Amino acid sequence: MPVITYREALNQALDEEMARDESVFLIGEEVGEYNGAYKVSKGLLDKYGPRRVIDTPITELGFTGIGVGAAMAGLRPVVEWMTHNFALLALDQVVNNAAKMRYMSGGQFKLPIVFRGPNGPAEYLAAQHSQALQTYWAHVPGIKVVAPATPYDAKGLLKSAIRDDNPVVVLEGELMYSWKGEVPEEEYLVPIGKADVKREGTDVTIVTYSKPLKVVQEAADLLAQEGIQVEIVDLRTLRPLDEETVYRSVGKTNRAVVVDESWPVVSVGSYVAWLISKNCFDVLDAQVELVASEDIPMPYNHALELAAQPSVSKVITAVKKVLYLGE
Amino acid sequence: MAKEISKNLLKKMLYDMMLIRHFEEKAGQMYGLKKIGGFCHLYNGEEAVAVGSVAAIDLKKDYLLTGYRDHGHALACGMDPKSIMAELFGKITGCSRGKGGSMHLFDAEKHFLGGNGIVGAQIPIATGVAFAQKYRNDGGVTLCFFGDGAIHQGAFHESLNMAKIWNLPIVYICENNQWGMGTNFRKVSSVDDFSLLGTAYGIPGQQINGMDVIEVYQEVSKAVEQARLSGLPSLIEARTYRYKGHSMSDPAKYRTKEEVEEYRKQDPILILKDTLMKEGILTEKEYEKYDSQIQAIVDEAVDFAEKSEEPALHTMYEDILAE
Repeated sequence: MPVITYREALNQALDEEMARDESVFLIGEEVGEYNGAYKVSKGLLDKYGPRRVIDTPITELGFTGIGVGAAMAGLRPVVEWMTHNFALLALDQVVNNAAKMRYMSGGQFKLPIVFRGPNGPAEYLAAQHSQALQTYWAHVPGIKVVAPATPYDAKGLLKSAIRDDNPVVVLEGELMYSWKGEVPEEEYLVPIGKADVKREGTDVTIVTYSKPLKVVQEAADLLAQEGIQVEIVDLRTLRPLDEETVYRSVGKTNRAVVVDESWPVVSVGSYVAWLISKNCFDVLDAQVELVASEDIPMPYNHALELAAQPSVSKVITAVKKVLYLGE
Repeated sequence: MAKEISKNLLKKMLYDMMLIRHFEEKAGQMYGLKKIGGFCHLYNGEEAVAVGSVAAIDLKKDYLLTGYRDHGHALACGMDPKSIMAELFGKITGCSRGKGGSMHLFDAEKHFLGGNGIVGAQIPIATGVAFAQKYRNDGGVTLCFFGDGAIHQGAFHESLNMAKIWNLPIVYICENNQWGMGTNFRKVSSVDDFSLLGTAYGIPGQQINGMDVIEVYQEVSKAVEQARLSGLPSLIEARTYRYKGHSMSDPAKYRTKEEVEEYRKQDPILILKDTLMKEGILTEKEYEKYDSQIQAIVDEAVDFAEKSEEPALHTMYEDILAE
């Protein structure tokens, strides 16, 4: 099976869906002539032309709203945000319009629109450019939110997102674009709303998604050396959440750690931890632990920024805590 | 003056404005009786803008979007008064199944895309609808309405810039009723003439008398023609006036009685009625007939809304996502 990058996987998804459906178009800052700020749209302008690969001025609110209108009128826009940090300027169009238009109209409209771009901390970018903002999207009924952590999931979920008749926010990651993984040559889709058990284990369940998956996998390897078998549930979709897969795993291991790189206060991670605490109460052998980023704006200094995020050692500590293997 | 316009269209525009006026009067009464709740922004006084503009488009291929003062546009687009009144009453028979209310009237079939409650948020959306029309090259045009309060939102300025970069078939119509809630537009605007705001983006703008439905029809027709044939956006400031407060909860104490009276003398319905009678197109008897027909339609709408069912509780979980 070919090994490609996360970036190439997204590019393939866009390319295949644009080839398949003429109503799909890509709009955003630097998506055309520059081939994408992170080169996700490389070659698409040459292949599909400026009618379908549209460079915009730096107006996140405006071009996101244009996407919403185009979707209401029957097209299938893919709106690229250079990063989710800048998408805050477009929050109104997503929260008040994309997510609510169908409801407010009593079901008269479909909004087949994708909002995508990098989310989450990167490196040396400081507070405004290094933050995980998924809570903003996952909080809102009327949209779906996906957070693929591997090239395989990235391609399959983006294709599903483009074919979905609802607004879908796709969380990518600056540091993830160069990650590599196997992606089959034949066409496939990854369904929205299905978590994936990335590693089977018997002793503890770690629920995570997006970039922290790598940290969790490293921690699981180290823990295995100590004879602790970790099961990793990758949520992949944050809304709608695949609770069943999470509960099935916790039912098997009786212990759960949630790892989420956003802030701990009212986050996806804290919500999932609450769900497990409530719905797996009878089978849990320990309190549910949450490993999140520190509750601070991201500092620029590298040692500080690394210390602010979930790490292998933080994950190992949390796992040992729920196994009562404290120092 | 009225030579280019058929007698039938002139009468239809009079009829449509009268329907909106009666409907709004009735909506105000029903609000007083607590049949309608929440925010309810009436369109009395501004009827000529929606009616003259809608007369200039073909809703088979054209679209219309507006803000929260949307009853008039919905009626002008030909929506059934019954489904609108039922929506105001929050009933399941309302156009939005009782989920939208006054600010969120929609009719996908009639190409009326709302009804937006966030000031100016409909401007990028309408620009996106025009984008889709150009993308499909279907010959359609979008009319985007908003008030004088919305024109200072970034959404307006961002949209005009992109409409011009891509030459989208859209006509932006600012309904300047002179009061953004309780703030006079002069106090919060760098220029008094909003048609100038298009120039920064290379978009032609003009100011028109929004109390004169014939002028609205003629000028919007030109702008629509330009958008349709050459794909050029334009901006129209229709100077108008709202007779009522910003919403039902606003007694409008920030303006004088004399000011309101002054504008009532320029009432769009009276102006057109006088013109048509002078030109022998309309008789007093016909006018009275319209009046009683409309009265009956509006009464029927209230009756329909009253008798309609409340939405079942389970419906609140419906219409969130498409299957």
